Parts: sequence; C-alpha cells; structure tokens
Amino acid sequence: MGLLSDPNRRRALISLLTRLNAPICVVCYMAGVAWFMGLAFEPFTLRTYMSENAMGSTMVEERFPAGERALTTGREFAAHKKKAGGMPVDWLVKTMQSHGLEVFTQRFSRTLPFPDENKERYMVKGTNVYGILRAPRASRTEALVLSAPCTPGDNNNQAVGLLLGLAQYFRSQVFWAKDIIFLVNEHDLIGMQAWLEGYHHTNTTGMDWSPLQGRGGSIQAALSLELSSDVITSLDLVLEGLNGQLPNLDLVNLFYAFCQKIGVLCTTQGKLQRNDWDSVSGYSHAVQTMMLMVMKQASGRSWGDHGLFLRYHIEAATIKGINSFRPYKTDITTIGRLMEGMYRKLNNLLERLHQSYFFYLMPSLSHFVSIGYYMPAFGLLAVILLLRALDLWVQLTAPPPRTEDGVVDPEQMSSPGVLSVLTPLVISHLTGVALYTLPIRFQEMAVEHFPVSETEAVVLTAIAVYTAGLALPHNTNRLLSGGGTEQGWKVLKLVAVLYLAVLLGCTALINFSLGFILAITLVPVAAFVTPHVPKFLSAFVMIILSPACTLLFSVFFFQELQEMPISFLDGWMLYLSVISQGILDHCLYGSLVYPLIALLVYPCWLIFWNILFWK
Amino acid sequence: MAAHGCSYSALLLIICSVSVFIVADSQDTSLSGGHHAAAVEDNPQAATEAAGKTSEQPAVEERSWEATEVEEATLHEAAADKQDTPAPETEAPSPVPQPKDDFQEELVIRPLHSGDIYASFQFRTLWETDFMSGNKVSHYRLFPKSLGQVISKFSVRELHISFTQGYWRTMQWGQPFQPAPPGAELWVWFQDSVTDVDGTWKELTNVLSGIFCASLNFIDSTNTVQPSASFKPLGIGNVTDHRFLRYATLPREIVCTENLTPWKKLLPCGSKAGLTVLLKSEKLFHSSFHSQAVHIRPVCQDWQCKTTSWELRQTLNVVFDLHTSGQGKREWSLFKMFSRTLTEACPLASSSKIYIDITDDPQGELFELSPATPLLSQAMVLGDRRTFSVYDLTQPVTFGTVRSLNPLIRWKSSEGDMLRPLLHAERYVAGYGLQTGEIHTLMYNNHPYRSFPVLLLDTVPWYLRLYIHTLTVTSKGKDNTPSYIHYQPSKDRLRPHLLEMLVQLPPNSVTEVTVQFERALLKWTEYTPDPNHGFYVGSSVISSLVPSIVAMDTNITMDRPLFSSFFPCKEESSFFVRVYTEPLLVNLPTPDFSMPYNVICLTCTVVAVGYGSLYNLLTRSFQIDEPSPGLAKRLANIIRRMRGVPPL
Repeated sequence: MGLLSDPNRRRALISLLTRLNAPICVVCYMAGVAWFMGLAFEPFTLRTYMSENAMGSTMVEERFPAGERALTTGREFAAHKKKAGGMPVDWLVKTMQSHGLEVFTQRFSRTLPFPDENKERYMVKGTNVYGILRAPRASRTEALVLSAPCTPGDNNNQAVGLLLGLAQYFRSQVFWAKDIIFLVNEHDLIGMQAWLEGYHHTNTTGMDWSPLQGRGGSIQAALSLELSSDVITSLDLVLEGLNGQLPNLDLVNLFYAFCQKIGVLCTTQGKLQRNDWDSVSGYSHAVQTMMLMVMKQASGRSWGDHGLFLRYHIEAATIKGINSFRPYKTDITTIGRLMEGMYRKLNNLLERLHQSYFFYLMPSLSHFVSIGYYMPAFGLLAVILLLRALDLWVQLTAPPPRTEDGVVDPEQMSSPGVLSVLTPLVISHLTGVALYTLPIRFQEMAVEHFPVSETEAVVLTAIAVYTAGLALPHNTNRLLSGGGTEQGWKVLKLVAVLYLAVLLGCTALINFSLGFILAITLVPVAAFVTPHVPKFLSAFVMIILSPACTLLFSVFFFQELQEMPISFLDGWMLYLSVISQGILDHCLYGSLVYPLIALLVYPCWLIFWNILFWK
Repeated sequence: MAAHGCSYSALLLIICSVSVFIVADSQDTSLSGGHHAAAVEDNPQAATEAAGKTSEQPAVEERSWEATEVEEATLHEAAADKQDTPAPETEAPSPVPQPKDDFQEELVIRPLHSGDIYASFQFRTLWETDFMSGNKVSHYRLFPKSLGQVISKFSVRELHISFTQGYWRTMQWGQPFQPAPPGAELWVWFQDSVTDVDGTWKELTNVLSGIFCASLNFIDSTNTVQPSASFKPLGIGNVTDHRFLRYATLPREIVCTENLTPWKKLLPCGSKAGLTVLLKSEKLFHSSFHSQAVHIRPVCQDWQCKTTSWELRQTLNVVFDLHTSGQGKREWSLFKMFSRTLTEACPLASSSKIYIDITDDPQGELFELSPATPLLSQAMVLGDRRTFSVYDLTQPVTFGTVRSLNPLIRWKSSEGDMLRPLLHAERYVAGYGLQTGEIHTLMYNNHPYRSFPVLLLDTVPWYLRLYIHTLTVTSKGKDNTPSYIHYQPSKDRLRPHLLEMLVQLPPNSVTEVTVQFERALLKWTEYTPDPNHGFYVGSSVISSLVPSIVAMDTNITMDRPLFSSFFPCKEESSFFVRVYTEPLLVNLPTPDFSMPYNVICLTCTVVAVGYGSLYNLLTRSFQIDEPSPGLAKRLANIIRRMRGVPPL
C-alpha cells in the first residue's frame, strides 16, 4: 500500500500501466488461454480420490444374481410398451407391487410454447410410475432414487428391466437405511420435471401434474439409468445438469471406483481415458474430453434425466450403457452388481454428499481440475477488462492536453451528459428485452405471414431481432444528442467494460464454462473497440465475436470434438435447432442461459457496437 | 371459541379413556369360558412369600433372586405338572394385608394383507397401592421398584414413554394397537401438588434416561411443549390443566438392544419365562417396525372406583417383513418370527394368552392356522369387531404332547383387499433452496359419508421460523377454517413452536395444512456434528374420534334382529385414534466446516484489509502539507491582516 499512498510512485505505477496497457492485456489474454489449455495436462491435474468416509472401502461383495431375469423383464416391458403405445402403466404398477414396493403414479401434462421438432412433441401428456422400497425400521426421512426413462421405440427397455430386477433384489435385503424410490418416467425430462416438482411441491414452469401420494423424505442422491442393449462395452457417466450444475465429485469417484473394482470400462464424454499423457495425442485426447465437458456445461442444459435433480440439491448422475464394436462385452448382471454396490455405498451415507468438490472439470474420469485451478484462467481474462477500465479512468480524469497555443479545447472540457451514456444503455437493454420476449410472443403472427413452421418462426424471429438490434443503437444516439463527444464514448466504454467484467465474473462463478467461453470472445472486443479503429474491419471482427456467432462456432466445434464433423448446411440447421432447444430449455426447465444471453450479454455487446459507430 | 375447545377436549378425554377401557375390558370379559385366572393365582403367591422375606435386600439382588425363583417354579411345574396347593394367605409376614398386585401378559398376532405379520405384546401389572399418600412404599413385588420410586419422587400422575424404530405404515398395515412416533416420545402428567413442573420434568427425563439407557436427557425446553388439548390423561383423575403436562419427542433417537434390555428387566419374569422368552433382540430388530412402550396410569380398582390402583402397561409392537424373511413362502410361525417357541406361561402371571386375529378369514379360506384352538374371542378393536383365536398358556393342554406351542399361519391365497384406514396422514417439506420452505401436512378422511373433527398438534423447533400468517387449511379446494387454534410462538434457543388446531375433515377428502418457514442460520457451535445430515422436526400428532367401521357397515341387518339396528349404537359409533406423521429432515444453511471454509474466512479477512486501505486511498485527497511558518512570519502576518494587506 505504501506504493500507492506515495503520490509520486503511484503516478509512476499508473503511467506504467497506461503506457504498457496494450501489451499487458495481450500477455494476460495469452496467459489466460494458455493456462486453460494447460488444465488438461495430466501432471497439472489432481487424481480423484474418495473424500466421503462413509463411502470408503468395505469388505462387502457386490451381489446381483438376476441379470437374465432382468433382461426377460425388459423384453416383457417392451412388449407391453408396444401394446400400450406408450407407458405400460398398469403392467408396471402390477409388477412393482408384486416385487413388494409401494407403487404410486403421477399424471402430468404440458403444452410446449412451440413444437419441439427434435423430439416431435407439442402437447405432452404422460404418467410417471414409481415404487418406493420402504427401508425397514427407517422413519421415511431419507431416500435414494433410481430412475429409468421410458422412451418411445426400442430404447431403454433393458434399463427398465434392470431397474425392476434391482427393485426385486433390493427388496429382499435388510440393510437399507434409506427408502429407495424406483422411478420410471415418461417423456424423459418433462416427466422428470413433473415428478420432481410434484415431490417438492413447487411449480416453477407452469406444468400441470397430479400431486404425489407417497414420498420418502429428503432425497439424498439419484442415479438415472440408460441402457439399450443386452450387453455393453462401456458405461458412460453424464454429469452436466441444468445451468451447468454438477453433482458432487464423490458421486463420480464412487462410479469410477466401482468400475475399477468390477472391471467395467468407463468413460466420460464418451471418451476412454488414455495413459500416454506425455504424448501429443494423449494430451489432445485429454483436451478434447475437457473441452467437451466445457461445451456441455456452457450450454446450460441437462444432458441426462439427472440434470433436474441438481436444482433440489440432490446429487445425481446419468449412467449410460454404450454398445460399440469393441470385442470385450459386459453383461447386465455385472451392471446390476455395479448398481447394487453404488446403492449400498449411498445407503451408508450419514450426511448428504458434501465432502468433495461441486465445481470441477474432468479431463478424464480419474483426474479432475478443481475450481482453484481453473479460476485463474478466467481471472487473467477478467483482469484485461479491469486494466482497460483503469486506462479509461486515467484518461478521463487526466487534465485535458493543452494545444500549442495554450487554449483548452472547450468541447473536450465539457463532461458528457448523463443522457448520452444512459440512452445507449437503455436502448440496448430494450433490444435485449425484445430478443427475450418477441420470438415466443410473435410466433403465431410469423406463422401467418411467412411459410414457416412455429419452431422456425421462433428461431428466425430471434435471429431477426438480433440482427435488427445491430442497426438500432448507434443511430438513436445521434438523434438524441446530435453527435457524441470524445469524452462521451470514453465514459460509455468505461461503464460497459465494468459492466462486462461484473457480468462475466458472476457468470463464471455459477457456470465457469459459460463465463469462460463468453470471456474468450467478448474480452478482445471490449478491449480494442474505439470509434477510431477502421470501421468495416472492426465491425466484421465484432460480429464474428458476437454471442450468436460464438454459438455457431461452438456448434461446429462441438461436432468436431465428438468426431462427427458436419457440412455447413447441416451445421446451420443444427444451429437453428440449438437456438430453439435453448429457448425450450428455458421455458420447460428454467435454464438460465437464454435469458442471460438475451437480457444481459447481448445488450452489453451492443454497447460496444454502439461505441464502434460513435460519431 | 376457547370454551368450545375446552368442552371438546373434555369430551375427547372421556371418550378416549372410555374407548381404551372398552378395548381392554372387552378383550378380557368377552372370553366365552377361557378365563382361568384363579387356577394360576397360587403361583405368584408362592413367589410373594419368599419375596417378603428378602424384601430388605437391594433391588438388584432381589431381581436375580426372582429370576432363580422363576426357574425353580418352572422346574417344579414341569415335574408336578400343575400346582394345586393354594399358598396360605395367613403366612404373609406383614401385619397389614399386603396390597394386591396382579400381572397379565398377552400377545396379539395379526396377519396383515401385505403378507407381513404384526405381533403386539402387552404386559400389565396392576397394583393396589398409593404412592402419594405420604407413607413411603418400600416393598415391591411385581411392580418394578425403579418405576415406583420415579412415580413417588417426581409426583407423576401419568407417564407414557415409547421408543420406536421405524414408521408405522398405516396404508399397508391399518391402525396399530398402540400408535407411537419414530424415535422416542415422552409425555407426563404431574400431580397438581408439584410446584416447579419444569424442574421436576428436567430431573425426571434425566432419571428415565438412565433407566431406559436412552438419550432422553436431550429433552430440554427447546423440544418440550404443553399441548392444550391433544394429550389428555388416560387414567382417572379430574385435573386437565395442561400446566401439569409435558410432552416431548426425540425423532432422532435410535432404538436398539440397549433399550430393550432395561425394558425387559422391568417385567416380573424378566426374559426367563412366559411370553418374554420370545423377545430376543436378534429377531426383534430384524423387522420392519419395532416399538416398545411403558405406560403408567392410575386406574379404578373396581366398579365403584373408590380407590385407585396403579397400572403399568408395557407394550412391544413389532412387524415382520415377508420379503426380507427369505424363502418367499407366505407363512408365519412363532418360531419363524422369534426363533423361539413357547413352553410355558410366566408363573407370576394371572393370565397369559396369545390372540391371533382371524377376522379376515372366518371360513379359513385365506389362511390356515395350526394348531387349531377351540377358543374364540370377539372384541371391538379400533372401531372394528374382530375375531381372535385364543391360546391360553396357563392350560397345559395348549402345549400339546410336544410341550411347546408354535402357532403357524399359512396363507392359501394372497387375495383380499384391506379396508383403507379411515384416517391417515402424511407430511413433507416443499420447496427448494436453503432459505425458505413450506411444511405440508395432509390428512385423509376416507370415510365415505361422515366428517369428523381431528386435533392436529405440530411441534416445530425454533430454527424453522414459521410464518404463521401463511397458515392455510384447505380441503377439497376450499378454505377450511379450524374451529380452535392454539399457537405458541417460539423463542430462539428457548422453546419450540406449538400449533394445535381442531379441524373438521369433510368425508372422503384430503385436508392440507401448509405453513411456510424460514431456515435460521445457527451459531456455529449450535450445529450438530453432522450438520449436512439435516435437522429433525418431530412428527405431528393427529388425535381424533373416528366413526367406527362397524357403524359404517351398511349390512347391519345381516345378522342382527331388525329392531336392534335402527339407531347406531353409541359406544360403537366412534373410536379414538392417534395418528403420527413421519418426522421431517430439514437441511439448514450450513457453513462448510472444512479446510476451504477456513481458507475462505482467511481470504475474506485479507480482502477486507486490502479493501480498507484501497478505499482509504480512493477517498482521501492527498495534498502537500506546507511547513508551518516561523514565529516572526506569523507575527508579521497578524500585523499585515490588521493593516488589511494580504499576508505573506
């Protein structure tokens, strides 16, 4: 502090920071990106370890004798599903009851704001069936959930079969200390949302559901099972939940530990883990795995049925069976044993999972990057904004440079009016509000006037509003104050830079991936944009780095990472469907990415756009 | 409204005590010819003789002596088949006639529709004595001395304590004979002579904690309430001022062998003879539900009710699970339940019986019972007329030639539907996040056409701050205004919320009581060692007079003459039921008591210090301070100011 309290040295420091501002910013940016890329390098990461003592090693052997029977049940389920043309409610109720569970059903219905073309649904009606295994001598205070979605077609029958098989086996055991809820949910996430809202008696999204009749107390953990083949080659663990929430790392550790113990191949993001971390391909494999996780997390959507549990502070993950062309197969009995082991460990929990990390990235299942390691990467990017703000502040407070004849330029002296700063802020936010509300509000009108479907109408309206926003703000300013001053844009930019810093900082705390991806693209824009840079080139760069284009590139990049590259046209179609899915996620499950982009990030970007065209 | 509440509660008190008597009495008196108490009267008398001689010895030795005596008696009985010599009364050593005491034991077994089986033990000791009348009671026979001393020392009028592991599943199992909430429950009525009720209560809980090896010492003012209407005395007495009542639950209490052993020690036969040999912990705790209780109350000695005697009822209820018992066969026997069979009655017992509920199976098509017993008994239990097969253990013929009794129930078919219980309730916490929440209590009235009032008692710890203005009671989508509400707000760290209300449940409806709460942030020393487990909120208690199932029966003309059935019979028209909801587990905002937590604290401190100095820098304006001028200059300036010239 002595450095700053001494006016001379302070002046020297500030002049150093202003003089070297641009190089420092560039260095910070490079360092931030480099730090991030370094996270996937194995020697820099930590090995996962079990933090929760209650789930530590035991001498117990996992048992599940009824794999074949589970498969038969699965086939029976498939037959009844085909016969009922949907969820075979009666059959499920009867089967669960015969296994000794308390069985309840829940009906729900939901009309989507616009048709979901990916899953081909608009008016959704369904029934969830769940059976509760009451733990002996427990007082209904704690519960675990095992769920399997009932999907149309031939998918997931084995998962339901295994679920019922596990229910039957679990029922005959005496060691349960928590009730276990076996849930078969229809219409995947919508059914799950209805069930969770019913269980916790909340209604965040305006869905209709019938109240639940039976409960098991506070849910401690949940697993969702997806299994579409009789044998599998590997199990994939899906973690990313709504708004980028992740389950406690101990749940991951538990899964990994059991896969190792039982000898099942396990993956995360569909990527096997490799041992050659010191080779380039090994490193790039880890980067790919981590980048996939970052992209999925940044999307803010739930990548499995488990994702909705996280809102209720229930640790949950989806386990997906994958059957590829590898020769070595794992049968369903082994998966049953794995599940049994995991549930027994979860049953041992004395407290909610809280010992391990909630914020992490995984370059592989056995290694993780904790929040303390990845935050500096974001911090280095955020520092750029603060440096630019400091630079602007100094420029604004510095005495105006005297011209040769010693006369102070009167125009530069006058401080810009509040109006000239406030107007672009308000206008860009109004544009944001329009982007948020118009697409759904005007879908009918759009469908009437243009030959498009509802979904297309929503997406195209969104894009249209987005593009129209580019034309708006820089013109309005001119109308109001008749040309901006040099001081004016500096004040506006100072406000915008600080706004962006706060916005990105808050986003990164909640959803690091989203914050980081936005920072990577928006920080350069915020740093370099002034009215004095070449207009057309800068405008082009700014559009390239705008949130919408970031999303477009992300779509291609994501496909590339999944080793499923697509053509530009397919990519564009995918891009449109991603936008519609984002809006749907917001309406159906309360994902916050769409409102965040529309109401905050986009207006912020518009302010910089405004500065570029400052006259 | 208060007057109404009082009169109602008085009514409730009377009917509830009456109904209990009806249950008790009808089970005794309705036996056709199976009452053979006189035949076994001599056996306990024989024990008294010797007990009188050694009465000066410490309690522990007395107990062990009793135990050996019991064994002797057993041998004796085995040898001589039956003792016929009545013990001469005149040989009793005390000059005043010995106060009469009496011990009965019974076991009720009810096969449940789910295939599970419910066994309920009751041991009743009656003693015609007066603990309160000044002269110290020092001679104990069948009544446990430890409890007798508790009664006299703390001037207890009534004491009810229960330890329960598990939750009674009303929807699968119907109503239990003795309802009890999960964990420990204690309620005590003190004599009106007690001046410092709270102090006495505190001492009493600590003493009971020692007697039952339970954590009852955790009962303090933060979980004790004085319900105004829900818990009325079950014994005789006319004081209903709830100042003398204390009620507390410990929903977290875990019940295990260590609580069973002291409970068994209170029995005259210990675990040596009679029905108690079945109470082996390895089987009792291999069950779905386990509840043991002790009830002490004053009861009438005879029909005139001129004097009172003390009744000690020890009950133990256990439900065995079909699925976890292995084999998957739907059959139950005493051996399969308890891994013991019966060979004799407790020699000290005046009556020792096993009742098996065969109401659901009058023709024997649902299950079969072997060995068959000729004795049948009918009783009104919980508003329903039940039929029981009775095994009288005091009759040697009961044990047959193999000299052991092992009743076996074998199901023939798994059909049959259970009548839905008329009243049941559930409770849950709604909402998410760690700031607020909502407690929902659902009460179901499954009666097709009759509404009835229920008393709901909610005790909520202070760290859930109830927003009582958000209290809503709705049934069938309409507001249902309670006719009586008694609410005592909590005081932080001192006492819990107490909410009692009288609600009318419309027929065939669900009544939902909701109240919102805010989760308090505790002081860091107030968190339990496992704060992330959550904090318990005890069960709500729903007490009600439920219209009886018999009265609901539309086929009353079936087996009765027409003239008898026009007006429903009064004592059959409703019965007292107490239903407990499940306890709640609520998470409170919890700091992360770990290394990162310390790191955050430390970082925040550092940031605060840094922020302070930075703020200082930003707000303070720096100027170069002029060195103070010399004395001559100051003088010169004064002169110049007087002259009106600008200073130097």
